[in-house]
This record gives sequence, structure tokens and C-alpha cells, in this order.
Amino acid sequence: MPSTLVIGGGPAGLAAAWAAAQTGDAVTLLDDNPALGGQIWRGEIPARYRRFLDPRITVRTGVQIHSATQLPAADRIILATGTRERFLPFPGWTLPHVLGAGGLQAMVKSGLPIAGKRVVVAGAGPLLLAVGGYLRKRGAKIVLIAEQAPLQRVARFTRSLWREPGKLLQAARLGWGLRYRTDAWPLRADPGSVTIQGHGVLRCDYLACGFGLVTNTELPELLGCKVEGGAVITDSKQRTTVPHIYFAGAGSVDRSILEGQIAGFDLERARALYPARDAAVRFDRRIDETFHLRAELSNLATPDTIVCRCEDVPFSAIWQQRDWRSAKLQTRCGMGPCQGRICGPALEHLCGWPAASVRPPIFPTRLENLLDLRD
Amino acid sequence: MIAVTINGRRADVEPGTTVAAAVMRGQAGFRRSVTGELRGPLCGMGICMECRVTLNGRAQERSCQVLCAEGMEIATDA
Repeated sequence: MPSTLVIGGGPAGLAAAWAAAQTGDAVTLLDDNPALGGQIWRGEIPARYRRFLDPRITVRTGVQIHSATQLPAADRIILATGTRERFLPFPGWTLPHVLGAGGLQAMVKSGLPIAGKRVVVAGAGPLLLAVGGYLRKRGAKIVLIAEQAPLQRVARFTRSLWREPGKLLQAARLGWGLRYRTDAWPLRADPGSVTIQGHGVLRCDYLACGFGLVTNTELPELLGCKVEGGAVITDSKQRTTVPHIYFAGAGSVDRSILEGQIAGFDLERARALYPARDAAVRFDRRIDETFHLRAELSNLATPDTIVCRCEDVPFSAIWQQRDWRSAKLQTRCGMGPCQGRICGPALEHLCGWPAASVRPPIFPTRLENLLDLRD
Repeated sequence: MIAVTINGRRADVEPGTTVAAAVMRGQAGFRRSVTGELRGPLCGMGICMECRVTLNGRAQERSCQVLCAEGMEIATDA
């Protein structure tokens, strides 16, 4: 029986594992998190997708992958490593009451009480609305949702949604009654408050702040897959540039599910989904165009604003550096435990530096694990 | 409910609560950065490493990726 290994148990990985199981493959699904569902579902998989939990799939959660040698052998590997938020440094962004937008949502989904708390949601993209809507439902007081994109772009996008009434309805349901403002972004955070462009100082218990999503390309890169402009290069069947390795799941949930199924199915069944997937990709492109980051966001960090949170490297130390490599060598920026996952996408925006190459172990690991690998 | 101890103090949490969420109920800071700043979780998904705690004597564990278990001993350095 041919075998398929799926890495990542979010919407794309679950869809891929299910589709591969339908073709008769022996499927193993690995995930780093304690529960399946990825960051978006977090163990609460919607009823219409529960069929993805096919009992024939061997599931292992809480598994962290450090190197290629650690991967179980398989005829085909489907990578569904998901996305993370982009964070941009501004004065006070390292304070404990400042979390990612998805970050705070994840914390609430995993047991943090939020009822009665004042929350400002800020940054870029439709995730802000989703997070604001979710937190309100859980009893939070949403002080403001601050979207950095200009009104004109957001209005044009919203008008274009009449072609997707389902999405329009979803946005309306999430956002109804929420104070959503465009042309607004965080200037600085202080304990217990945040200053928002055009809205002054707002008192809050939490600032939930994210500037769009970046794809987790570390594992694909480690396995030799070509990555360009932050995206894993794939063909129409979701094949990467490495034989037998597929990649699925960048962007929206709808697109991730389609990409996962296309990667997992045989060619005939996959082909039937190409038009829907291509439409989802086009929709994501419109989102990117609408919410792309304005130039002013590059000027938020002051000389003493910390850019690399692991090594506490201030912005002033980065100025004199030519590129990632010299920043790493001279300042230790990006050399801490997150390995540049947080400051990398920030500096890509601030300095125009493309992401540095990865090398194993792609996550910090214990010596005992490295000793195990020798065997 | 699941009983854990956080810096020696008992806390009861619902099943399915991560260590990060359990700690954050009672305190904002999880650790001190290399220059002594107070830090707490940022990404909530195991990437930023800001939520590291000591779990049952094992240092540098990402608290957002671990569920609370009965009797677990959690220690923060802030």
C-alpha cells in the first residue's frame, strides 16, 4: 500500500490526509500542537469537516520536527505547515499585554478568560474582524478595530464582495456593531493602553495586533523545496519542486481545504477542484492588494525599540547592517530561540531583507534529541 | 477540573486549558528577556518562544503548546 505522510493538522493538512486516505494510501498525520485543527480551528473542527477525521489516518500530535532525517519514510509527503502572523515593531510592542491578533484568539481558545476585558485589535487584514467578532462573542469589550489600510481600498474591496454573498454575510455577521476604522494603526503601547493613529490613547487590557500572515516555509526549505517571495512554489497539483513533496495551505481556510484535497487526491479527482482553488487564490490576491502594508508602518520603530525579541536587539543596531547575514553576525539579531521567525518578517518589511536560509535543527532542541538522531 | 501548581500556588483549570492560558489567568509576565524586560506570550502558536516556562522541572518549555495535566508543576522566572 502506498504511504502518505502529512505534516500539519490544520484545515489543509486534515483535508490532505482525508483525501489521501480516500485514494487507499496508508496515511500518517503529524502535528506540533496538542490538538488537531490548526490555529484556526484549534480542536473545534466544524461539523461539515469532521469527515476529515477518517479513522484510517494514523494521527500523532505534539510532535516537533527538527530535521529531515527525523521524518518517517513515505512514498509521498504533503507539507501543510500553515502560516503565522507578521508582527511589526513599534514602541511598547514587547509589553506583556500586547499579543498577536490570532495570538490572543489562540490564548482565549485555549482557556484564557476574556469576558469583561477591554481589547483593542489592530494591524492589517480580515483576521482583525474575525478576531474582534470572536472575542466579543466570548464577552470581551472591543474598544476599536484599527485597520491600517486606507478607506478607499477597503471600501472598494467590500463593494466587490457582492459577487461572494456568503463572504459578505460572514463579514457582516462578524463585524456588526463593532467599531472598525481604517487608516488607523498603533503608534505606541504603554502599560494598560495603546496610542492609535487618529484615535489617541485608548485604555485596554490587551492589544491584539497582527499585520497579515506569512507562510511557514522553514520545513519546505529544509527539504529543498523552492521558495520565492515567501511562498512555496507549487504546480497545479500542489507539487513542490522536489519529487513526491507537496505543499498545501497558504491563505484562507477555503483555499487551504481545496489545496489540501488537491494534494491528497489522485489526479482525476484533484483536477475537478482546480477551478475552485484558482478562484480562491484570486480572492486571496485581492485581499493582499487591499490590505498590503502602508509605508508609514516602517517608521514606527524608534532607535531604542527592540526589533529582535529573543536577543533584545534595538532598531539602532540594525541600521548599520547591510543584510540579514551581517545583522546576525554583528548583532545576534535572529539568532535566538525563535530563529528569526518573528524579527525576520518584520525586517523584511522594515529593511527589505529577504528571509535568511534555514538549517537544521529548525526549532531549538535539547542535546538529548540530537544524541538520539545519531542512532 | 485539573489541579496544577503555578510557582507553588494551586490553580484549578478546565480540561483543555494550555499551560500558557493557565499562567496568564494570574499574571502577565512569564519570563525575563536577556536584558531583563518582562515578557509574555505573543504568537500563541509555538513560534515566538516568549511563553517559555519550567514544566515539572524541565526548563524552556513552550507553555502554549502543552495542555495542563493533573499535578503539573509550572514555574515562571518572572
